[in-house]
Amino acid sequence: MYPDPRVVRFVTDSFIPIRIHVREQAADWKRLGERYGVQWTPTVLVVDSSGEERHRVEGFLPADDFLAQIELGRGKVAFTAGQFDEAERRYRAIVDRYPKTEAAPEALYWAGVSRYKHSNDAAALADTARRFGERYQDSSWAKKSSVWAA
Amino acid sequence: MAEISWRHDVDAALADAKSASRELLLDFTAAPM
Repeated sequence: MYPDPRVVRFVTDSFIPIRIHVREQAADWKRLGERYGVQWTPTVLVVDSSGEERHRVEGFLPADDFLAQIELGRGKVAFTAGQFDEAERRYRAIVDRYPKTEAAPEALYWAGVSRYKHSNDAAALADTARRFGERYQDSSWAKKSSVWAA
Repeated sequence: MAEISWRHDVDAALADAKSASRELLLDFTAAPM
């Protein structure tokens, strides 16, 4: 996933990237592995500026799936910080750019929640349920959104 | 080919992220360095 130039650009532009090697940095591995409960490589964590983990990717993924996952993590960072308009933008970017990934239906769900939290308009939830009627119908996120259907 | 400029000074990077309000990507790896 890292040789892909899109991954290089996105990681460089969006994060402070830290690599912890299981053998070369044994002390950091032990300390941070215990702190974050890491049991396997590769494990990639999206961590907010205060050091709190917001999303985790375990195992190798192709570039599109990896990009979608780490953008999902950025969405969760913004959402947790109460930046709901920014969270919605990040979640919708996943649906637009990586619509065939497993992250996309989760992102569509949380984009709707973010819009609702930002606008306090329940129509945002009903619209999300309607969108799930058009795509990702078999996903668990479609089931979760079904309660919002108008 | 461009590469990611990984940092390995973990505590300094965490401090930088806090002061700059930036998000971190922590890659726990066993890949050859």
